[in-house]
Amino acid sequence: MGVTVKTFTSASEAAGALSTDRSARYLCGGTLVMRALNEGDVSISTVVRAQDQALTRIDASGPRITLGAGVTFARVLAERDLAFLHAPARSIGGPAVRNMGTVGGNLFAPTPYGDFTVALLALDATVAVQGGFGSRDIPIEEFLQARDRQAGTLVLSVSCTRPASTEAFRYRKIARIKPKGGSVITLAAHLPISGGRIAGARIALGSMAPTQIRARAAERALEGRSLDAATIAAAASAATEGTSPSDNALGSAWYRREIVGVHLRRLLSGQE
Amino acid sequence: MSKIPLQFRHNGRDVAIFVDGGTNLLVALRELIGDMTPKFGCGQGGCGTCSVLIDGELHLSCLTLAETVGGRSVETLDGMKQGPNLHPLQRAFADHFAAQCGYCTPGMLMAAKALLDRNPSPNRDEVIEAISGNICRCTGYEPIINAILAVAGGRASA
Ligand SMILES: Cc1cc2nc3c(=O)[nH]c(=O)nc-3n(C[C@H](O)[C@H](O)[C@H](O)COP(=O)(O)OP(=O)(O)OC[C@H]3O[C@@H](n4cnc5c(N)ncnc54)[C@H](O)[C@@H]3O)c2cc1C
Ligand code: FES
Ligand code: FES
Repeated sequence: MGVTVKTFTSASEAAGALSTDRSARYLCGGTLVMRALNEGDVSISTVVRAQDQALTRIDASGPRITLGAGVTFARVLAERDLAFLHAPARSIGGPAVRNMGTVGGNLFAPTPYGDFTVALLALDATVAVQGGFGSRDIPIEEFLQARDRQAGTLVLSVSCTRPASTEAFRYRKIARIKPKGGSVITLAAHLPISGGRIAGARIALGSMAPTQIRARAAERALEGRSLDAATIAAAASAATEGTSPSDNALGSAWYRREIVGVHLRRLLSGQE
Repeated sequence: MSKIPLQFRHNGRDVAIFVDGGTNLLVALRELIGDMTPKFGCGQGGCGTCSVLIDGELHLSCLTLAETVGGRSVETLDGMKQGPNLHPLQRAFADHFAAQCGYCTPGMLMAAKALLDRNPSPNRDEVIEAISGNICRCTGYEPIINAILAVAGGRASA
């Protein structure tokens, strides 16, 4: 059984093709799409690709960085100006998966995947998408909440503001296999400090719900405080609020709930 | 369904084949070109035995849509030996008993080559990282790591 592969030179043509064919699937690095095809997923009858250089562009020079949806994790790792994103990029796959897998594909990767997206959610990234009727910017949180309905739109790029310091952005992925393995849970924290106090805390969790989510109760426990032991303890004990993890081969929902506070405490107190 | 013409360089030689839409590069190499050195282990990206180099970069051929390599250069284990001589990595794998059943060996060798092409003197952690996408069920990895380190400059005991 073959599928029809449509390759376009511009992102807008590819977006047009996606928006008019419900059975079409965009192929970027292909690490998930090819898996589905190899398994004989008959829901995919058309594969759409775009060879548009705009989709593989990195703009990392200024305070606000933009990554084309087709940028691979290997390229993120090769970019010195993107050092704050190296930990999440390095936590994905083995070297071959990092050479193939992309930032855009990661936005759609189901649990236990989607680690890079956890980092982007903590960084309050913006996702630029192109549908049949032009392009628009969507806050990543809104994008993820409606992810199942994003079929037919093409992600062009993601952008976010560079954290003010290395201390201000932290990332931690818990896996059973090292150095490579699916996520038991993944955590990222953006902790901007203003006058010694946290202002605008964002905590993002992976594998704690059907999509990546924010730990809002933990964020509230941090907001306006200094990052001391009492604040960290309060945030850690609020970590499970609003989560709905499930069981999978890497861990049970119960286990995930038990450990998320422990790892949030370690992340916030800067422990290895 | 019509076939798609595809041309690329395979171990330094130009090849031209016709593929079905959706065919992966592993199937194209094995069934259409007859290069049996990349193995089929899982078809899911999980085992790494289908690893090849595309324009010098390590990729999983089972997860590569064949037509995306049009005009590019694909290297497999078949292209590694140098005339009648084994590549130093192949020699080291034999000397260090780094292959038992041998199923993982093609992917391990390609991952090792990708590493050494970029970083001729890696340390042990870098070697472990470089083969972290490749599963071996036989050796326990130590002989493989030692073989790669031996080629990297006699650091096998590091
Ligand atoms: C062995 C292995 C290990 C892995 N390990 C990890 C890991 O540790 N962490 C992790 O997060 N992931 C992991 N993954 C999953 C995957 O490789 C990554 O999530 C990667 O980022 C997916 O990107 P891709 O470009 O390959 O996606 P593709 O397979 O090309 O696409 C995935 C989905 O996203 C859609 N899509 C892709 N790009 C766009 C776009 N621009 N616009 C609209 N839709 C788009 C596709 O239609 C498809 O539904 C692993 C995969 C494998 C095979
Ligand atoms: S066959 Fe490609 S990774 Fe297993
Ligand atoms: S030698 Fe048997 S899988 Fe590695």
